[in-house]
Amino acid sequence: MPADFNWAIGGEAGDGIDSTGKIFAQALSRAGRHVFTSKDFASRIRGGYTAYKVRTSTEKVRSVVDRLDVLVALTPRTIEENLDELHEGSIIIYDGERTTMQDVEIPEGMIGLDVPLKSLAEDAGGAIMANVVALGAACEAADFDIEHLDSSLKKRFSDKGTALVENNKQAARLGQEHVQEHYADADLDYDLDTTDNDYVLLNGDEAIGMGAIAAGCKYYAGYPITPATDVMTYLKGRIENFGGHVVQAEDELAAINLALGAARAGARSMTATSGPGIDLMTETFGLVATSETPLVICDVMRSGPSTGMPTKQEQGDLNMMLYGGHGEIPRFVLAPTSVEECFWKTVEAFNLAEKYQTPVYLASDLAMAVTEQTFEPDAFDMDAVEIDRGKVVDEETIGEHQTESGGFKPHEITDDGISPRAFPGTEGGAHMSTGLEHDEQGRRTEDTEMRIEQVDKRNRKVETAREREDFSPREFGDADADNLIVTWGSNEGTLVEALEFLEEDGVDVRILSVPYLFPRPDLTEEFEAAEEVVVVECNATGQFADVLEHDTLQRVKRVNKYNGVQFKADELANEITEALAAGEGQEVQA
Amino acid sequence: MSSQVKFTDFKSDKQPTWCPGCGDFGTMNGMMKALAETGNDPDNTFVVAGIGCSGKIGTYMHSYAIHGVHGRALPVGAGVKMANPDLEVMVAGGDGDGYSIGAGHFVHAVRRNVDMSYVVMDNRIYGLTKGQASPTSREDFETATTPDGPQQPPVNPLALALASGATFIAQSFSSDALRHQEIVRKAIEHDGFGFVNVFSPCVTFNDVDTYDYFRDSLVDLQETDYDPHDREAAKEKVLDADKEYMGVLYQDEESVPYEETHGLDSSMADIDDSGAPEGAMDLVREFY
Ligand SMILES: Cc1ncc(C[n+]2csc(CCOP(=O)(O)OP(=O)(O)O)c2C)c(N)n1
Ligand code: SF4
Repeated sequence: MPADFNWAIGGEAGDGIDSTGKIFAQALSRAGRHVFTSKDFASRIRGGYTAYKVRTSTEKVRSVVDRLDVLVALTPRTIEENLDELHEGSIIIYDGERTTMQDVEIPEGMIGLDVPLKSLAEDAGGAIMANVVALGAACEAADFDIEHLDSSLKKRFSDKGTALVENNKQAARLGQEHVQEHYADADLDYDLDTTDNDYVLLNGDEAIGMGAIAAGCKYYAGYPITPATDVMTYLKGRIENFGGHVVQAEDELAAINLALGAARAGARSMTATSGPGIDLMTETFGLVATSETPLVICDVMRSGPSTGMPTKQEQGDLNMMLYGGHGEIPRFVLAPTSVEECFWKTVEAFNLAEKYQTPVYLASDLAMAVTEQTFEPDAFDMDAVEIDRGKVVDEETIGEHQTESGGFKPHEITDDGISPRAFPGTEGGAHMSTGLEHDEQGRRTEDTEMRIEQVDKRNRKVETAREREDFSPREFGDADADNLIVTWGSNEGTLVEALEFLEEDGVDVRILSVPYLFPRPDLTEEFEAAEEVVVVECNATGQFADVLEHDTLQRVKRVNKYNGVQFKADELANEITEALAAGEGQEVQA
Repeated sequence: MSSQVKFTDFKSDKQPTWCPGCGDFGTMNGMMKALAETGNDPDNTFVVAGIGCSGKIGTYMHSYAIHGVHGRALPVGAGVKMANPDLEVMVAGGDGDGYSIGAGHFVHAVRRNVDMSYVVMDNRIYGLTKGQASPTSREDFETATTPDGPQQPPVNPLALALASGATFIAQSFSSDALRHQEIVRKAIEHDGFGFVNVFSPCVTFNDVDTYDYFRDSLVDLQETDYDPHDREAAKEKVLDADKEYMGVLYQDEESVPYEETHGLDSSMADIDDSGAPEGAMDLVREFY
């Protein structure tokens, strides 16, 4: 019996795949099982194959695997798409009455459960509940107590009335009974243990939104774009309860400018978008940096360039976040490495933005944004959230930062590069902020010395941050191993799971996962200590590998994946083994 | 502080580098006087400016201010006001800034109806980049980049504003100091987005839309029995191809500003810096 269990529902976009999948994932999570979900979707609203996959275990799970134990197939294509992952003994639940499924052939060695999803749903009160019938059947197939499903259905439908909840429970029961009656002999060899743990289940976009509220963010302006929209959706309807506000702007240019305005007014302020939106925001990004405005800009990356593949994974925007914008601009670039870290890095992003008065890029990606994962609730311990607003001056302290004639110095030249900040309304603080080069008071200047002083002052913040902050990477695997594997962003979980496969093959590795992309840790020593260094990332050219080669003056090997799909643990283990064995300079492309 | 505020308190110690005679001097003076007259002081005022000769206004005034990027001043102003409704927010820019690169934002700023004023210094030319056609340049106005004239009809900002649902539309002339100040004051006092198109002649690059031209041609609505609350009448006026008007062309007295419809009534600068806000753990519980 497999240690973990993999389930999926697939069909056409518009078939309610997502909500059904989520109901099941929640049921598992409420039963004290860990869950990791992934989505396979196309960029259209109706039509087009789409699937929601759930991997679940009593242990923590951090990636997807190439394995499917139970598949709910609403279309023949669902079976075709997943053939590679289905195995001997896999169960396929389908509705043989559905016109497109009538002639469907169950691949050899697998078990087909023909369940009249639609008719049973009608018996329970409406065809719309067909997917819930399938969930009931799935519970039976996996020997999972259907009462856990009940509580998930209740959560989902209770605000639409108790009758609807009851009907859905009934629909699930009919699915369950149908399997009991007709497939009593089939050897359904699964047993989903439950535990007493209470987990929460959420995705990266939700974690970013939650982190923002926790950090005291009050203002969010954004423009819809996959896969960043869920940050806005999450905040809308919640941030208001904490005195905040969400604006759907007319475009990304407006979004970042609205957010900039709010930040200048003293609010903790944020915008989120994906690559194409970052392109549009880049001009204002320069203004944010020069005017030393604290702002959090989240880039939930997807496949580029241009509109690329909007619903597919990639980490192709690193260079843009590191170098985007004309002229030279100090910034922070943080990359959360898991859904949980999406929360904590967002909190940190707001603190860094205000402490150093710079824009902060938060680099998330599609794989993390749409992936739901289970956590112990105290992974998001609100009591551990700290807030640091940096050098804000008030009426009493402002005098220390004024010229003799009483002019406030928002760009005062300081040793640490950080100047005082006065929120509008502060008496004696009236000042100008501008994208033009300016003097200490914010007044335009082309004075050659002041230009140098201001550029140096802004850049000095980076040195200050290096002294004051901890930019260490996260470390996994065998600390003494000769092979060093480095990665960033959402690959961490997959890489950690790949460890198991590598160990099985006798390959010892040390893993460094780097959440600070700028300023970033100096890995020279680690690189020198290693025999082989492999950098793993979801892009074609190895943008992070380039950066690390530049930092350490040492060549690295690269494992890149850019077909639009995130790494899978077993696949990644193979790629790494290959890369380690390959001669110098050879690249491995997944 | 506000009771003793003089309009000169809004002056910065930077000397304007505008060409002698530029209309922007008069436009700015009127803005400062209107701000002082409405009881504001530099510490509660936020001026957002765009790019162009007109955009330099933020540098010459003294208040909290931001000099933004080309065409994007309006969303910055809206962000400031939403985050702190106690501030008096005034946005200023040129016709190129507002009706060309920023035209999209103009339409949406009008719709959004945030309680701020927007003053456009319309000289029907690009001044700072030295004399190219602007969106309000006449169809046959010859410039280096349009030697035969733009050959497209000019944008009609007043009609655009009205069509977009503006709650306050006015037009003024920088050299008519008293009337200009009065019109800007009304825009400030308006509960919502107060839009003022100001004819602010460029003496260096525009020899068609001159002081003389405006002095001779503008019809002062205040000297007629015009009723600015009548939307139909406003339609007629803003679409009038034969005459240009000065004064408040339209005002919706029922206007409810964005902040009010969205319940924004206090400064978002105040956050509890002792940690996550109270009740934040409920956000986690929601994911059970
Ligand atoms: C993105 C961008 N494009 C172009 C410019 C160059 N630019 C500066 S001012 C200006 C035109 C300003 O015209 P207008 O708004 O009419 O103002 P005026 O100078 O006439 O007052 C342009 C195109 C710029 N600063 N930024
Ligand atoms: S160029 Fe024209 S608009 Fe610019 S300052 Fe001179 S007169 Fe004024």
